[in-house]
Amino acid sequence: MNAPRRLRDTRVTLSHGGGGRAMRDLIDSVFATAFQPQTAEDQARLSHPALSDPGARLALTTDSFVVTPLEFPGGDIGKLAICGTVNDLAVGGARPLWLSAAFIIEEGTEIDLLRRIVATMAQEAARAGVQIVTGDTKVVGRGAADGLFVTTTGVGVIPPGRNLAADLIRPGDVAIVNGVLGDHGATILAARGDLALSTDLVSDCQSLGHLMEAVIAAAPGTRAARDATRGGLASALNEMAAAAALGIEIDEDALPLRDEVRGMCEILGLDPLYLANEGTLVAFVPEAQAPAALAAMRARPEGRGAVAIGRAVAAHPGQVRMRTVFGGSRIVDMLVGEQLPRIC
Amino acid sequence: MCLGIPGRIVAITDETRMTALAEVSGVRREVNIACVLDRPIAALVGEWALIHVGFAMALIDADEAARTLDALRDLGEAQEALEAMAEGQKALEGGA
Amino acid sequence: MKYATEFRDPKAARALLARIAQVADAIGATREKPVHIMEICGGHTHAIFRFGLDKLVHEGVEFIHGPGCPVCVLPMSRVDECVEIAERPEVIFTTFGDAMRVPGTRKSLMQAKAEGADIRMVYSPLDALELARRNPGREVVFFGLGFETTTPSTALSIQQAARENLPNFSVFCNHITVPEPIRALLDDPHMVLDGFIGPGHVSMVIGTHPYDFIAQDYGKPIVVAGFEPLDLLQSVLMVLDQIHQRRAEVENQYARVVPEHGNPVSLAAIADVYERRPSFEWRGLGEIDASGLRIRAKYAAFDAEEKFGVGYAAGPRHVPEPEGCACGAVMTGRIRPTACPQFGQGCTPDMPLGALMVSSEGACAAYWQYGGARGREAAE
Repeated sequence: MNAPRRLRDTRVTLSHGGGGRAMRDLIDSVFATAFQPQTAEDQARLSHPALSDPGARLALTTDSFVVTPLEFPGGDIGKLAICGTVNDLAVGGARPLWLSAAFIIEEGTEIDLLRRIVATMAQEAARAGVQIVTGDTKVVGRGAADGLFVTTTGVGVIPPGRNLAADLIRPGDVAIVNGVLGDHGATILAARGDLALSTDLVSDCQSLGHLMEAVIAAAPGTRAARDATRGGLASALNEMAAAAALGIEIDEDALPLRDEVRGMCEILGLDPLYLANEGTLVAFVPEAQAPAALAAMRARPEGRGAVAIGRAVAAHPGQVRMRTVFGGSRIVDMLVGEQLPRIC
Repeated sequence: MCLGIPGRIVAITDETRMTALAEVSGVRREVNIACVLDRPIAALVGEWALIHVGFAMALIDADEAARTLDALRDLGEAQEALEAMAEGQKALEGGA
Repeated sequence: MKYATEFRDPKAARALLARIAQVADAIGATREKPVHIMEICGGHTHAIFRFGLDKLVHEGVEFIHGPGCPVCVLPMSRVDECVEIAERPEVIFTTFGDAMRVPGTRKSLMQAKAEGADIRMVYSPLDALELARRNPGREVVFFGLGFETTTPSTALSIQQAARENLPNFSVFCNHITVPEPIRALLDDPHMVLDGFIGPGHVSMVIGTHPYDFIAQDYGKPIVVAGFEPLDLLQSVLMVLDQIHQRRAEVENQYARVVPEHGNPVSLAAIADVYERRPSFEWRGLGEIDASGLRIRAKYAAFDAEEKFGVGYAAGPRHVPEPEGCACGAVMTGRIRPTACPQFGQGCTPDMPLGALMVSSEGACAAYWQYGGARGREAAE
């Protein structure tokens, strides 16, 4: 990046949030060089041919990101923000197009760290095919934020005639995930360091826009999808069961889990079904189209580990049940609060 | 109560504080090995121990584990034989 | 996972379940007149529900979920004392995650943390020791809770602190023991238990002989069990076999981990650091003689009770259980969790009223979590 480098500080100070020359320097040197906005105006002005299709709909989503540590194996808070927002659009059948990004920066944060984070954002946005078109920065005093908070808003277009919604799921529909579960949650737990656990795990953090397009192309009857972020697969399935007023049955044997994630869960007494994912979605497709959906996922790197994990059923509406490894059955409920490591 | 999980001792980290690195399915953690120090400390490397709150609490007896599994396997086979007999009986009765 | 996956084999499970059904029939156990088997340990309760064993075994076998969940039996007054210590400005209060949400009379540790107390979740008392080394200007207090499995870890940590002369490390000792509440349960005139699944990890520390009285004095079978599904099913079968053959013995299903005489290093560390309290309060069960441990005088410098003048050092405080709470009746097997009038009404995992709803190992919480939103299915 050969942008003007007037910025000589190594850490962000309150003067970088003051609205004057120092702030201009920070924005020019860190953000504008990476995101290369099209205009110097206060708002992005957007047009896209897909918007003029009769019956096309806009999809809008917003999300705030906080994570400790800011950088972790497999990603950082910036990549998380792009993927999280892109995925929220994608699972609704929208083609993600534009993003805004707002940064709340704690005084004292290293500017090199900001540069790295912004660079991964630009990289991930390019990979996902979205543009970061507008943004904002604020600097707050020490202790008023934990390093950096990022808020992203995403806009996408849902093509005419496409409608994905959990209440369209029908009994017999197959639940498919695109890969292993819990990698992100387990990676963050280890990366925090306070449990003194080390692993070679990396976060699954990835954008799923292209994958969703491929699934819908291969299985046009795809009913609905959710990304299994906070609260894990269990929460996503419970939300869908409630919205569909159907039961969902999953097979413990079929759940794709890495050994390290299992190990981490055994050590800390956690349930991998509730661990966060940042690049894992669950989609419901009609049984006849399930093989095509699976094949479409597996043809992409984000979906190489795709498997069917269960199905929607008419019984026990609103409830998720799991067949355990040797034929027992148990209810997979929503989580109360957050999962805490336990000894007993 | 008392979550405990089998882990393999992969390296001694501090002889005086009696700590070692234990591994559970690719997850590593430093643990205290005072409770299982029944031999020269280096000889513990490669052993499986039951890990609880960062302490190796007991070495796992591979022979005993094999014995329990054998008994379970025998039971499984005996049960299968019984079921096969019952099936055969049913088939005979059905045929008669 | 070695030593875990092998003990989850579905084929062996089917064989065990079939044998359990045969023996249960031979005893004449039915849904209406079941054999009551108490799994003492909360870890077993958790495993039973996690693997759905309660629904797989013969309907004449009923699991009664015992008092072996240290978080569940922790009295509210002790949580209050934790909060009191944690709220001191010089203190870094360290605890296992289990204790964070347990309600005190005023607040839980989670709430105290939100209000500014420096409370940190750790995986091991070793991590608390390390915090003490790194923060010489702060008082690092570790919340020592748990049964005999966990007791050696805090005893060894206190010994280590003494060796290193770490004056800013202390333990708030709430360790409790298994055999005494079992005796109390067996002495209860309402008791309906026919046999026990013994706690495997407690037993790897204390061995199998501390349970001799259960077989010899009370004529009840007990089988010390591992935590995998096959371990549990095999142990259920062993208990039923004893009942069928009119035997009452202490048997050890978990011999790969549990030595007959326990672990000598652990036992020596416990004996060196701790002594029995005359009595200790259990949530849902009341005061039980000699069921709790305290730190010996020679380690008083590492005793948070002495250091901060709380707990039994300040004179025992009793906080009455909430109105209508039937934890005691559930724990002795007189009623099922769902028969408690508060279950799912005034008492849920979000807002637990009684002890058994507090931890994921508590019988009521397990019914709730794995039995569905109202635990109805498990109660059917």
